Amino acid sequence: MTVENRELADELFEPAQEQQSAKSISRPAMTYWQDAWKRFLKNKAAFAGLMLIALIILLAVFGPYANNHGYDEQNLARANLPPKVPILEQVGWLGFDGVDNRGIDRYEASGVTDYYWFGTDNLGRDLWTRVWHGTRISLYIAFLAAAIDLLIGVAYGGISAYYGGRVDNVMQRLIEILVGIPNLIVVILLILVLKPGIMSITLAMVITGWVGMARIVRGQILKLKEQEFILASKTLGAKDKRMIWKHLIPNALGPIIITTMFTIPTAIFTEAFLSFIGLGLQPPVSSLGTLINEGYKLLGIYPHMLAFSSIVISVIMISFNLLGDGLQDALDPKMRK
Amino acid sequence: MERVLEVKDLHVSFNTYAGEVKAVRGVSFHLNKGETLAIVGESGSGKSVTSKSLLRLIPHPPGKITKGEILFEGKDLAALSEKQMQSIRGADISMIFQDPMTSLNPTMTIGKQIMESVIKHQKGTKQEAKERTLELLELVGIHHPEKRFDQYPHQFSGGMRQRVVIAMAISCNPKVLIADEPTTALDVTIQAQILELLKSLQKQLGMAIIFITHDLGVVANIADRVAVMYAGKIIEVGKAHEVFYEPQHPYTWGLLGAMPDIHRQEEELVTIPGAPPHLAAPPAGDAFAARNPNAMEIDFLLEPPMFKVSDTHYAATWLLHEKARKMRGAQQRKQTAANSRKAKENETVIKKSGKGQKLLEVKGLKQYFKSDKHHVIKAIDGLSFDIYKGETFGLVGESGCGKSTTGRTLIGLYEGTAGEVLYKNESVFKKKSGAETQQLNRSIQMIFQDPYSSLNPRLTVADIIAEGMDIHGLAGSRQQRMNRVYELLETVGLHRDHANRYPHEFSGGQRQRIGIARALAVDPEFIIADEPISALDVSIQAQVINLLKKLQREKGLTYLFIAHDLAMVKYISDRIGVMYKGKIVELAESNELYCRPLHPYTQSLLSAIPMPDPRLEQSHQRMKFDEQKLLSERKQEEVRLREVKDGHWVECTEREFREYQSKLSGAV
Repeated sequence: MTVENRELADELFEPAQEQQSAKSISRPAMTYWQDAWKRFLKNKAAFAGLMLIALIILLAVFGPYANNHGYDEQNLARANLPPKVPILEQVGWLGFDGVDNRGIDRYEASGVTDYYWFGTDNLGRDLWTRVWHGTRISLYIAFLAAAIDLLIGVAYGGISAYYGGRVDNVMQRLIEILVGIPNLIVVILLILVLKPGIMSITLAMVITGWVGMARIVRGQILKLKEQEFILASKTLGAKDKRMIWKHLIPNALGPIIITTMFTIPTAIFTEAFLSFIGLGLQPPVSSLGTLINEGYKLLGIYPHMLAFSSIVISVIMISFNLLGDGLQDALDPKMRK
Repeated sequence: MERVLEVKDLHVSFNTYAGEVKAVRGVSFHLNKGETLAIVGESGSGKSVTSKSLLRLIPHPPGKITKGEILFEGKDLAALSEKQMQSIRGADISMIFQDPMTSLNPTMTIGKQIMESVIKHQKGTKQEAKERTLELLELVGIHHPEKRFDQYPHQFSGGMRQRVVIAMAISCNPKVLIADEPTTALDVTIQAQILELLKSLQKQLGMAIIFITHDLGVVANIADRVAVMYAGKIIEVGKAHEVFYEPQHPYTWGLLGAMPDIHRQEEELVTIPGAPPHLAAPPAGDAFAARNPNAMEIDFLLEPPMFKVSDTHYAATWLLHEKARKMRGAQQRKQTAANSRKAKENETVIKKSGKGQKLLEVKGLKQYFKSDKHHVIKAIDGLSFDIYKGETFGLVGESGCGKSTTGRTLIGLYEGTAGEVLYKNESVFKKKSGAETQQLNRSIQMIFQDPYSSLNPRLTVADIIAEGMDIHGLAGSRQQRMNRVYELLETVGLHRDHANRYPHEFSGGQRQRIGIARALAVDPEFIIADEPISALDVSIQAQVINLLKKLQREKGLTYLFIAHDLAMVKYISDRIGVMYKGKIVELAESNELYCRPLHPYTQSLLSAIPMPDPRLEQSHQRMKFDEQKLLSERKQEEVRLREVKDGHWVECTEREFREYQSKLSGAV
């Protein structure tokens, strides 16, 4: 415990001239969303998910216009063609050379000179157009269902938790009844009553789908209600409207967004499932579910009919789940430093 | 003296999202056989991490012991395998944690939990283990151990649970007991009991204790030696009386000065400006330099080594360097700082006691909560007091006595079950027109306990502060609104640049200042402060208290100050009410109450406060409050608040009233 005295000059023991300000905050001002975005970018998987979703949405919007075939244009002369893509046709093992699994070049056999990138189905419809058209409709249904879930769920859960007491009690019992009835039965009954179509499928999914959202929002609001900043706002004389829009909803936004992100792939899957069992959209309208249903029947002979729609649906589901996970971390205030 | 434990140059780091945080940066100390070493420091100083790394309880990852040795009986604990560590934990070194509510398994009986550790380390039969467990329960002061043996943790109170935890810790006669803030979660009277228990156990078992705390009063009570930690380093270590009476490091002076002393009258607490550094990027030189107004040039450049003051007393500050001694200026500054505390003893400030007009009247207030159909919790049960304009009324009591509920009921967050609250002769509960409600909301404001949950994380500081102005339409234009926010920020000691930032960027003390600014924004007359400092560190507490006092002087505010820290309440309040089970049992001017407490509960509460003065603490006798005895003595006599002396009210019976009166006249 000795000190070296040699190099310590006398001046060093004078009172310090410059006092560092202890109160300055070094980091730049960042809003909650900037902060969350920064954290989100650090998560590679979630970012990849976001990019894939963007890509799929772009393809769903513009894909059908990439060639001149309509999604319901039938032509038996060019039925059951395997996929064939320019340039890629040179690489045999990729399977984009128009040769089917028996080794016959179907394009030559049928005398077709066009390229069908994803092949055609048993009625000669272009699968590229049908897959992206189907994706568009699936996504449309999913987003619509998620949006309606969001609206009903947030309103229902919010009202239930905010007013509490008897209101909460009655509203929660209602939810329990809804949850008690098997989802599929409700959906099937509804579709039997209504004509199958986009609206009736969406409605069928929404009729029970908002329950999850309502429960999450209720939990969040109940938790937030006890926080002291809500009490502080109350003691300042804030009205309900201010309390809900300024304090409660913004703070519950993280879990709400995450729940929505997980609702979308579930809705896509439900739509596909309903279409697959024949309760969904009716031909010639395509959706990912109907395409899978059609492709599955000819799986043994023409695997390409199932492959593309399955890949797209898998990519969508994985991407949304990755995105949801990433958002969960990014929006979690506990991850903040 | 024989050393049981020696720590040499310990470094512990955590890999976090924000980078590597060096929580412990080269800590060395030793522990003698049978002594109590207290490690004191503010939150984030690394005291808990140090103690946990002794038992290698640091979660890994993210934590890691990067360097250093922990020598225990010739073995380096830092180098042992996990398996070897397991045989040391509990048997040779054991630990008590802060929260007795979470350190016991709720699904296992108390007896089984203690037996488990007995069987694990002292291989014996079940019967032997059970006998030993009963013995232990008896030893830690739990009555009827046979009956208690088969009970679950939820059937025990907080203090009793901590006793069980202690029983588990000492079950194998450890040589070292590490107590990590064992009394922080407990009320003062329970704290006093636990401290006494630890002291007597130490005598009987001859174990050494490492006691981690932030409370200097507790240190003075229990410690033989004290190590003061700051920013991951020990900056001063020595015998208790050396550190308390001859502190060398400026941080230790500041810490001692920031504690109010109930035996003295002080006008302003010594504060340490600023906040501790973040250990992701520890500053060069003396970590405390940035907060030290008397820092020298060298403090910013070079880290001070440990200087020897006496054989047992070391401190890491350049002030002890011989060149600093030569500098007369430095020496003088040191003297003034050290003496400022003593100088204050001589100053006697007489508090103004002239009563103004009544601002708030509480008459027989009751607040019941229904817990279920058959049970009613009587949080407030017949509360009456008045608050006069311009005074600070302190409300003290232990947890669960209804003091926070009182604050919330007064401001109208709850509608009282019975009784009346009159603010300027207008009832707070009665139905009012919108304008009247708004007026009331503006005149009564509240400061909250938890600086973390009391600010909306999604709003900027400007929006938080201006919320009241927005609601009441006080700011005409955008520019006016911002100007007012800047003005308020400066009033509470923050910078105007902070207006556009978000709450999470601020430290606890700064957040509490923002909360104060929010309350001030609507120009209130009466502020209810609900434990505004209990979540803050000692040095920060003093800053906030001084701010509150300054605001009261400047704006003529009236405060209701709710707290469990009696020393702070005494310091800030003009009059104090002591609450017990939803009632006020004694109410008097603060000096009167502290000098001549009459109600046995007040007496026990006051005697339980640990004082930062080792000599006083070691000779101090505690008084215990026995409610059953009091009740049986009273029989069925009528109990109510009676004025024993001018302004000194005690809840008592007619007979006790006469006793108290004769006591007071005898004393005068």
